[in-house]
Amino acid sequence: MGKMSRLGNDLYNGEKSIDFMGHRALWYGFTLLLVGLAITAVIVKPLNFGVEFRGGTEQRVTVEGGVDQADADDLREAIADAGIENAENPSVTTAGPDSLVLTTETLSETSETETEAVILEMFPSVDPTEDISVQEVGPSWGQEVAERALIGIAVFLVLVILFIWFYFREWKMSVAAMVALTHDLAVTIGIYALSGFQVTPAAVTGLLAILGFSLYDTVVVFDKIKENTTTLRKSTESYHDAANLAVNQTLVRSINTSIVALIPIGAILYVSAVQLGASSLQDLALAQFVGMAAGVYSSVMLAPRVLVHLKSSETEVVEQARRARARKRALADKYASVPAVRGNVADTPDTPGVVDDRPARPAPVDVDEEPGEPARPSEEALGKGRVAPTAQRKVAPSSSSGRQQPVRQARSKRGKK
Amino acid sequence: MAPRRLRPGRTLIAFFVGVGVLFGLVAIAGTWKPSLGLDLQGGLRITMTATGDPSDENFEEARRIIDQRVNASGISEAEVTAQSGQYIVVEIPGSTENRRETEELVRRQAQLRFRLVACVEGAQDPCATGGLPLGRAPLALDHKPGHQGTANDEPTDTASPTDTASPTETGTDAPEEDGGDAGVRTAEDEIAWSAAPDQESIALFNELQCNEDGATVRTNRQGETVPAPQEDDPDQPLVACEVREGEGGGVTKYLLSRSVIEGTELDDASAGIPQGEVDWAVFLELGNNKEKAHPEGSTGAEDDFETISSQLAGTGRQFAIVLDGQVLSAPEMNDPILDGRSQITGNFDEDSAANLANSLKFGALPISFEEDVTTEDVGPSLAGDQLSAGLTAGAIGLGLVMLYCLLYYRGLGLVVVGSLFVAAGVTYGTVLLLSEAAGFTLTLPGIAGFIIAVGITADSFVIYFERIRDEMREGKSMRVAVETGWARARVTRFAANTVNLLAALILYVFATGAVKGFGFALGLSTLIDLAVLFWFTKPLVSWLAQFKAFNSGHRLSGLSRETLGLDGPPARPATAGGNA
Repeated sequence: MGKMSRLGNDLYNGEKSIDFMGHRALWYGFTLLLVGLAITAVIVKPLNFGVEFRGGTEQRVTVEGGVDQADADDLREAIADAGIENAENPSVTTAGPDSLVLTTETLSETSETETEAVILEMFPSVDPTEDISVQEVGPSWGQEVAERALIGIAVFLVLVILFIWFYFREWKMSVAAMVALTHDLAVTIGIYALSGFQVTPAAVTGLLAILGFSLYDTVVVFDKIKENTTTLRKSTESYHDAANLAVNQTLVRSINTSIVALIPIGAILYVSAVQLGASSLQDLALAQFVGMAAGVYSSVMLAPRVLVHLKSSETEVVEQARRARARKRALADKYASVPAVRGNVADTPDTPGVVDDRPARPAPVDVDEEPGEPARPSEEALGKGRVAPTAQRKVAPSSSSGRQQPVRQARSKRGKK
Repeated sequence: MAPRRLRPGRTLIAFFVGVGVLFGLVAIAGTWKPSLGLDLQGGLRITMTATGDPSDENFEEARRIIDQRVNASGISEAEVTAQSGQYIVVEIPGSTENRRETEELVRRQAQLRFRLVACVEGAQDPCATGGLPLGRAPLALDHKPGHQGTANDEPTDTASPTDTASPTETGTDAPEEDGGDAGVRTAEDEIAWSAAPDQESIALFNELQCNEDGATVRTNRQGETVPAPQEDDPDQPLVACEVREGEGGGVTKYLLSRSVIEGTELDDASAGIPQGEVDWAVFLELGNNKEKAHPEGSTGAEDDFETISSQLAGTGRQFAIVLDGQVLSAPEMNDPILDGRSQITGNFDEDSAANLANSLKFGALPISFEEDVTTEDVGPSLAGDQLSAGLTAGAIGLGLVMLYCLLYYRGLGLVVVGSLFVAAGVTYGTVLLLSEAAGFTLTLPGIAGFIIAVGITADSFVIYFERIRDEMREGKSMRVAVETGWARARVTRFAANTVNLLAALILYVFATGAVKGFGFALGLSTLIDLAVLFWFTKPLVSWLAQFKAFNSGHRLSGLSRETLGLDGPPARPATAGGNA
C-alpha cells in the first residue's frame, strides 16, 4: 500500500514520470490496429441481433393444470440447452394461469419441430396441434426506435462537443475526446461481436452508458490538464510537459476509479456469464465492462496524446516550449552529469541516500530514449549563456575573431533586452 | 459561496433531516419494494386484433401511436409490438388495477371531431316535429342536456323559429352525396344547417335510439332492438349519443352537423382542474394551421371555432365534442372564444382525463380494433434467479470495493463506505417514491444505470481524496488541504457530472422504452451523487478534520506522511510550477 502511495507522490511531483505524450506513431498505430481489429471482427462475425430488432417466432403452449414461473424457467433452460438453430436465446414467460409463451428468433420448420419436441418432453399432456399456436412477432425495436436513439446520440455528441469547447475554451479538447470515444465504442462493439452474445436492448443500453462514461472520464483528465496548463507563462514547462504531468498526477485516480468501477460489473459479468448462461444481464455487463475499461484506458493513453498532438503546432505552444527549454537550460546544473551517478538509468527513486538536487521538475525521465528529451542533463547546459540568434544572411569574415559584431540600431531600440 | 465559519455539523444534520423526510414520505406511501418492470416482474398483456386489412404503414403508425400513449409518462417502459400484421400486443408492467381504463387508452381510436348540435332528444327543436319516436329506451329524462363549465346549465328551451320546418330547404345546404357544390364547406354552412337540418337526417334521428352503452340501435319490425352503428364520417351528419354517469346520468341522443373541426387540427391537449372547479377536465388547444384544416382549404381550426362561438354565443345552441362516434359533451357558448382554447368537462376523474388528453395529443389511430380484447397476466422474461444472482454479484462487488477503499484510504475509507451506503439508501428511497408517484418501474436497463453510477459515485470520492493528498504534498496541513482540495475537486465534479447529466437528459428526451429508463436512472443517480458529495461526504471530511486522530497524520487516518508517500526520500521544497 505504501508503495502505491509513494508512487502517487512521485507521480505527483514528477519524480517518476511516465511519458504519455511521446511515441505518437506507435500508439496511434496501436489504436488504429485495435479499431481495425474491431471492425474486422464485426465484418467476420456479424453482430447477432435479437428478437427485439428482427422479430421472431412466438410459440404459445397451453398446459392443462396450469403453469408457474418455475415451469417457465425450466423450459427456458431446456430450450437453450437443446442447441436448436436460432433458438439459442429463448425467452419464456407465463401468460395467464395456464400458458407459456416461448419467443425465439425466426425458426425454420425443422427448428420448430425440435422446439416442439422439447416442449412435449417437458409437458407430456400437451397436444401439439391443439395446444401449441405459432405466430410471427414483429420487432419491438424497429426502425423508429433506432432512429430516435441515433438522433439522441447525435444531439448528445454535438452538445458535449460544445460543452467541452466552452468549458475548457479549447475545441481541440473536444476533438480529442471524440477520438477517444470512437475508440471506446469501436473496441466495445468489436469485443461484443467476438463474444457471440446476442445484441439485445440491454446490450444497446450498455453501449449508450459507455458513451457517457467515456466522455466523463476524459473530462476528468482534461480538467487536470487545463489546470496545469493555464499558468504556463509563469512556469518553466512546455505544454507537452505540463499535460504529461497532469496525466501522471491523475494516474492514481484513474487506476483507483477503474478498479472501483470495474469490480462490481466484473462480478456481475462473471456470475451471469459463467453461472447463468445466456441472459440480458450478461449482455449488459459485457458491454459495460469492456466499455468502461476502454474508457479509462483511452482517457489516459489516447485523448491527452491526441490533444498534445493537435496543440503542438500552435504558435503559442511552440513559443512556450522554446521558452521552457531556455529556462531549463538556464536552470540546469552544469556539473550535474558527473559520470559517476547517472541518476536516471537505474531507476531507483526509493533508494535513500541518493541526494538528488535537481530542481523539482526536470525533464521527464523515461526508460526509452527520445530525441529532443535527452536523458543527460549535461546537454541542457550546452550553450548556456548568450544564445546567438541565427544569422539572417552570411556574415562576411571579419577581423573580430569570429564573433558577430553588434548591429547599428535606432536609439529607441537600444538598451532593451 | 463558502461561509466564513464552516459548520459541517449543521450541513450533516440538515442532510439527514432531508433523508429522514424522504423516508418519511416513503413510509406514508407505504411501499418498501420498488415496482419492477416487465422483464423483472411481468405485467399485463393486451392483445388486440385489427379490423379489416390495414396497410403496413397504417399498422406501423398505429403501433407507434399506441406506444406513445402508453409510454407518455415515460418511465414505466411498456412495450408495444406488432404481430403478423394483424395483432398489436401491448405489455404493461405491474398488475394494472383498472384494466378497463388501460384497455380503453390503448384501443381508443381517438377520432375527435367538433360538430354542431342540430337536435337534442326531448328538446323543442326542428326534430321534435317528427313526433315522438316509438319504443323509447328507458332513460332518465330529468337530466339537463348540455352540461359544462363554460356555459349556463339551463335546458335549451329556445324553440327554434323553424318549428315547422319546411322540407323545401333541403336542397340548398343539405349535404349531398355527390358533393357537386363548388367551393369549400365553411363553419357558417354548418351553423345554417344545424338551425334547419334536412328531413332525411331528422327522419334518421327519430328512428334511432340510444342504449345504455351509448350505441345507436333501431327497432326492427318485430319490435326487437338491433344495433345500428353509425359511421362517423366527417362529411356526413351524425346521430350520436352521450352517456353520463353519476348523478343526472343517462343517455342523450343528438343529431349533429358535419364535422367543423377535426382532432388532427389540435395543437395540444392536457388534463387539469379548471380554476374554481372541482372536476377534472381536458383542455384543448386548437391550432390555426391551414394545412391541417378540415375540410381542406377552409380556414384553420382557431378561426372556425371563433366563427362558431361568436355565432352561437348566448343563443343557447350547442356544439358537441365527439370522440369515436360518441358525444363527450355538448356545451353551449357563453362568449366568443378567440384563442382556440376549449375544454371538455364531464364525468372525468384524474386518470380518465389524463388518458383522454394523452390519446388526443398523440393523434387518432388510423385503424380500429375488434371489440374483444384479450387481457392476461404475463410472467417476467428475465428469470428470477438471474436477477437475484446478478444483484448478489453486484453486492459482493460493492463489498470488495469498500474493502479496497478501506485498505487504500484507511480512515478516509470509512467516509467512502458511509457515503456509498448513504447514496444507496437515498437512491433506494427515491426509487420507491417515484414508483409510487410517477409510475417509475425498475427494469434491467435502469439497473444498468445504477451500476454505472457506483463507479461514478466512487470516483467522486477518489477525485476528492486524491486532491486532498496532492494539497498535503504541497505542504499544506490536513485541515487546510481539506478545504482547498475541495474547491478544486468541486469544479472537476461539476464538469464531469454535466456530461453525465447531458447524456441522461438526451437519452430520456429522445429515446424510447428501455433506453429512456436507463437515461432516467443515470440522471437520477448523478444528481444523488452530487447531493451526497456536497451535503454528506464533504461536511463529514471537514468534521473529521477537526479531530486530532485525523489532522495529526495518524498512521490510520489515511493521510499520514507514510501514506502520502512522503516518508521515502527526503522531502523537497514544494514546487511553484504548474499547479500552485
